[in-house]
Amino acid sequence: MTPRLPAHVKETEHSVLENQTQTDPPPVAAPAPAKTYTVIPLRHPWRWITAALVLAVLGFVGKAFLAADIDYAVVLKYLTSAGILAGVRNTLVLLLASMGVGLVLGVLTAVMCQSPNPVLRWVGGGYVWLFRGTPLLVQLLIWFNLSIIFENFSIPGLFSIPMNTLMTPFVAALLGLGINEGAYISEIVRGGILSVDHGQREAASAIGMSRAKTMRRIVLPQAMRVIVPPLGNEFIACLKFTSLAYTISYSELLHSANKIYTANFKVIELLFTAALWYIALTTVFSLFQQLLEDRLSRGVPGARTGFLDRLRRNLSLRRAS
Amino acid sequence: MNTDVIVRAEQVTKSFGDLQVLKGIDLEVSRGQVLCIIGPSGSGKSTFLRCINHLEKIDGGRLIVNGSLVGYREVGEKLYELPDRAVCSERANIGMVFQHFNLFAHKTALENVIEGPIQVKGTNKKKAIAQGLSLLERVGLAHRAHAYPRAMSGGQQQRVAIARALAMEPKLMLFDEPTSALDPELVGEVLDVMRDLARSGMTMVVVTHEMGFAREVADGIVFMDEGRVLESGSPTQLLGSPREERTKAFLGAVL
Repeated sequence: MTPRLPAHVKETEHSVLENQTQTDPPPVAAPAPAKTYTVIPLRHPWRWITAALVLAVLGFVGKAFLAADIDYAVVLKYLTSAGILAGVRNTLVLLLASMGVGLVLGVLTAVMCQSPNPVLRWVGGGYVWLFRGTPLLVQLLIWFNLSIIFENFSIPGLFSIPMNTLMTPFVAALLGLGINEGAYISEIVRGGILSVDHGQREAASAIGMSRAKTMRRIVLPQAMRVIVPPLGNEFIACLKFTSLAYTISYSELLHSANKIYTANFKVIELLFTAALWYIALTTVFSLFQQLLEDRLSRGVPGARTGFLDRLRRNLSLRRAS
Repeated sequence: MNTDVIVRAEQVTKSFGDLQVLKGIDLEVSRGQVLCIIGPSGSGKSTFLRCINHLEKIDGGRLIVNGSLVGYREVGEKLYELPDRAVCSERANIGMVFQHFNLFAHKTALENVIEGPIQVKGTNKKKAIAQGLSLLERVGLAHRAHAYPRAMSGGQQQRVAIARALAMEPKLMLFDEPTSALDPELVGEVLDVMRDLARSGMTMVVVTHEMGFAREVADGIVFMDEGRVLESGSPTQLLGSPREERTKAFLGAVL
């Protein structure tokens, strides 16, 4: 393979030179005909070798999976089965609801962390510390088992309902994911607020704007450009974290797959079905994220990452739960 | 008290931690007067300017602007700190122009100018836009009304910043080294706007290094050094025949 490469390059160069002599008229007052050189590009044998090695390893893995006792027809068949589709729907419902809770809590907490009131600052900081400092899985299990310590959820004189009735798997998953996301999102929003030049706030004060109005009209709109990219990542991370709700038997995607394979024993097939759905959803959301970021960064100079970069980042395991 | 005094400082002191940056400032600015504050960096001149509209809190002394105490309400022997809202409404009467312009980066020139009138004074939008356009016209930037700050030169941004301050119809304009961040060739256009403003009778306090501007436009000049007013007087007197050695040394270095 390697000896062919320079020959090929030489060929194209010759053809370019020939083309020039055919189409361009000779320059006026041309000096003596210049010497023509053949450029020999640097060879990179190791690139070929490493590429071949990596492809070989991939080939072995692929072959192993093809030869393994997996019924790919089952993987595809269940992709659109009623049970799996219901799981996808529940996953999306949980995702949207908990991101909603997370956004509200996150923005509130970020603003609290900027407050001149020290108690609000401490409470905001403590919330972030507690919920980022404990694994999401542990939080989910605690929410779900809350009825062990609180028999009833009640506001004295108003109402009282048994905790077991209130804390359904959905509510426990929503609280767990939403409150956890809120802690992460508050840090994202706080970073965005800090990225806005202090002079912007002073200028707003100087024309007599109140603190709240300055935050709403001057600081937050400018913080958005910094907030949106990591928020998109958070959204996609949260999509994957919804699978943890499986442990408290909320019937999201993974739980639906589990229900099917405990009946038909096609374990790997159904897990593959679920995995295909997850990767399809993250890919679609990554695409949306890219479009949104492109819109927000219009006219602003700076590095842009491509869609594939973003996809790679979103698929990576970012934090241990 | 004489109502024609717009700013009166009496023994104003201010510290940042252990560092006392203002060590008892006394000065007066009358209505329609242009006062230039000059002095070496670190002399406290910008800090004093920021105290006038309460961007910095003073530690001691009294600072009276537009006939009322800045940031406090005096009742007998007590000074009550004013709530945020009252401080805001005091600030609305004082325009401020910053060294680094500080235009709202996400708003166009016109949006920058109408933000204060609409959001703070409650002017209706139509009226604010008409007023904003005429202010931009006044600073020579009517044709840039819909440009964003990042698309404008420093000189243009600073002129928009002046228009933004004027939109609040202030009784007093503060300028904090308005030309120090500009390319030399852009300084003139900003000074021209400030000169026109002074001629129109606006009361101005200007912290500046532009001695030519000070000589031509100022009614009075104050020389500050190490947190004190070392010398004050008319431009001809202070720039022409300064009394203090420190002033002579400073002017020798900058002129």
